[in-house]
Amino acid sequence: MRSAVSNKSKWQQTTYKEAAERPVRFSTISDLELESLYDPSDVRADYDEALGYPGQYPYTRGVYGSMYRGRLWTMRQFAGFGLAEDTNARFHYLLSQGQDGLSTAFDMPTLMGYDADHGRAMGEVGREGVSVTSIHDMARLFDRIPMDRISTSMTVNCSASVLLAMYLVVAERHGVPWEKVSGTIQNDMLKEFTAQKEWICPPAPAVRIVTDMVEFCARRAPRWHPISISGYHIREAGSTAVQELAFTIADGICYVEEALKRGLKVDEFAPRLSFFWNLHNDFLEEVAKLRAARRMWSRIMKERFGAKNPRSMMLRTHAQTAGASLTAQQPINNVVRVALQALAGVMGGVQSLHTNSMDETLALPTEESVTVALRTQQIIAEETGVTNTIDPLGGSYAVEALTDRMEREAFDYIRRIDEMGGMIKAIETGYPQREIAEAAFHYQRQLEQGVKTVVGVNKYSVPEELPIATLKIDPALEERQVQRVRKIKRERNQSAVKEALGRVAEACRSAENLMEPICEAVRREATVGEICDIYRTEFGTYEDPGWI
Amino acid sequence: MAEKRLRILVAKPGLDGHDRGAKIIARALRDGGFEVIYTGLHQTPEMIAEAAVQEDADAVGLSILSGAHMTLFPEVMRLLKERGVTDVVVFGGGIIPDDDAAKLKALGVAQIFTPGASTEDIVKWVRENVATRP
Repeated sequence: MRSAVSNKSKWQQTTYKEAAERPVRFSTISDLELESLYDPSDVRADYDEALGYPGQYPYTRGVYGSMYRGRLWTMRQFAGFGLAEDTNARFHYLLSQGQDGLSTAFDMPTLMGYDADHGRAMGEVGREGVSVTSIHDMARLFDRIPMDRISTSMTVNCSASVLLAMYLVVAERHGVPWEKVSGTIQNDMLKEFTAQKEWICPPAPAVRIVTDMVEFCARRAPRWHPISISGYHIREAGSTAVQELAFTIADGICYVEEALKRGLKVDEFAPRLSFFWNLHNDFLEEVAKLRAARRMWSRIMKERFGAKNPRSMMLRTHAQTAGASLTAQQPINNVVRVALQALAGVMGGVQSLHTNSMDETLALPTEESVTVALRTQQIIAEETGVTNTIDPLGGSYAVEALTDRMEREAFDYIRRIDEMGGMIKAIETGYPQREIAEAAFHYQRQLEQGVKTVVGVNKYSVPEELPIATLKIDPALEERQVQRVRKIKRERNQSAVKEALGRVAEACRSAENLMEPICEAVRREATVGEICDIYRTEFGTYEDPGWI
Repeated sequence: MAEKRLRILVAKPGLDGHDRGAKIIARALRDGGFEVIYTGLHQTPEMIAEAAVQEDADAVGLSILSGAHMTLFPEVMRLLKERGVTDVVVFGGGIIPDDDAAKLKALGVAQIFTPGASTEDIVKWVRENVATRP
């Protein structure tokens, strides 16, 4: 090792110095400066301790023994728009094209816990996702979908408890027992306060609802992943890769601590915690981030929380290419960005992947652009050959050095958050929010100064018109949904609904798990908005502090 | 007499949480020497018009990325007028097609910034196009 160090610095001071160097800042998109070269002196000496083998602790090289040689990742394209039957048709199309899991996008009113007929829903129904107000919408959404075989992901957070209840009740009607239902619900409220900003009540009660769901799933729906601990939105909000890594893992630590306080044993629920990362433009940084994340989580679960079951230590993850990296200008270039980002995800060993469509900065994607995005994954999987050997970048001096460094820097953040008293406290003081905003501002400045490049935006731009959005949502659809919701509210058994909602309110006030009462309420046709109104009354509402 | 600093209300209507742009603009305007009031997320047009009056804003900047710009801009304009406020400069940004931007300008929206606009351009534009209200 010693001779390697001196050889490297000798090379740097002679051969490298004499060669030309472009006058640019050699840093990642998150602005981590990189050395001109990495060699054996830059990587940790103990192979087994730092890397090990796939499927073995600390899982740096992959969570499964045979990785993509055993099974490719799940190609899971996020879809949802309009009324439930519109999205149901898109689901059937995607399944017919070789996709093997579903992923549901809900509209803003559903995500924020408002019924389609609420004043705040006006103009938003079915626009950015599918509108689900009652159990009838959920039933239409999964019509003729084999709920015992297809795993479903639902991206919903503050109203997640209601949507999960609806999904389970629909499964019940399909004759599928809860024990057999598999899928994931995002349900990561902590990152809502720092990044995605969909909330109803303040952080502490929000996490109580999440913990109820963790407990409920561990006991009643053991194949369901009750939280997808998400860095995706943190990155979209403008964080660096290290911040994404640090805040996401710190959120995970908080959920584990809350479940332990509830009296659950770590190995009872930890195997069903899953993750969701962003895949951004900086190829090496993204690969290193995913590898560092696996190593960090396994160490934390084993050493900090005393997990014994290896599955509790495995960071299994979905990933999505970075929406914020796509440009409205020269949109076809986005196909290339998405392909490279997805390749980073595969080189980083993800279990499930969504590739964005080229037109997503402008509108919901068309069927054609969604197909190109799916084909991109199929090309990576079946043409490029990167799936033939596991963790092919493992052992690269640069990737290993970057993995170590990101892990170190992320642990520094986690220590700071621990010192503040954990993630809920840190959020209440605005710490992660400010760190993210600062990073977003720094990057924007670098773009404007030309330190960082976005092709077609601050370099190689051409005069062009911003094209008109391609996939139009029929405005009449909102009226149709509003009428449907009003009809249900008129015709259902009112006293049964009232009684069920009363039981949900009681559970909010006591320590009773909320999920059974919510399942009963949705069975009796109580709506998303009605149940979330109970949260508003019982737990209070959270307002954006508007920190800048 | 020292010149009164311009007061800019940066507002974020709609249910979506896309506040990255609004916060960057708010900060750039503040660094540019203006007094900036940021409303935070999830504002209704009523809340924004009311804040413009309460805060005695010289200009209101709306950030809209949800696709609902053709409803939200006109509604804010209407509510400002209803409150007798006609001299506040309304501008905005988001993914807004050129056709829509032209229609909004015809309604009295002073300027629309689209993806790729730099914070420097926006600060410069505000400096040149917004005056202190009497």
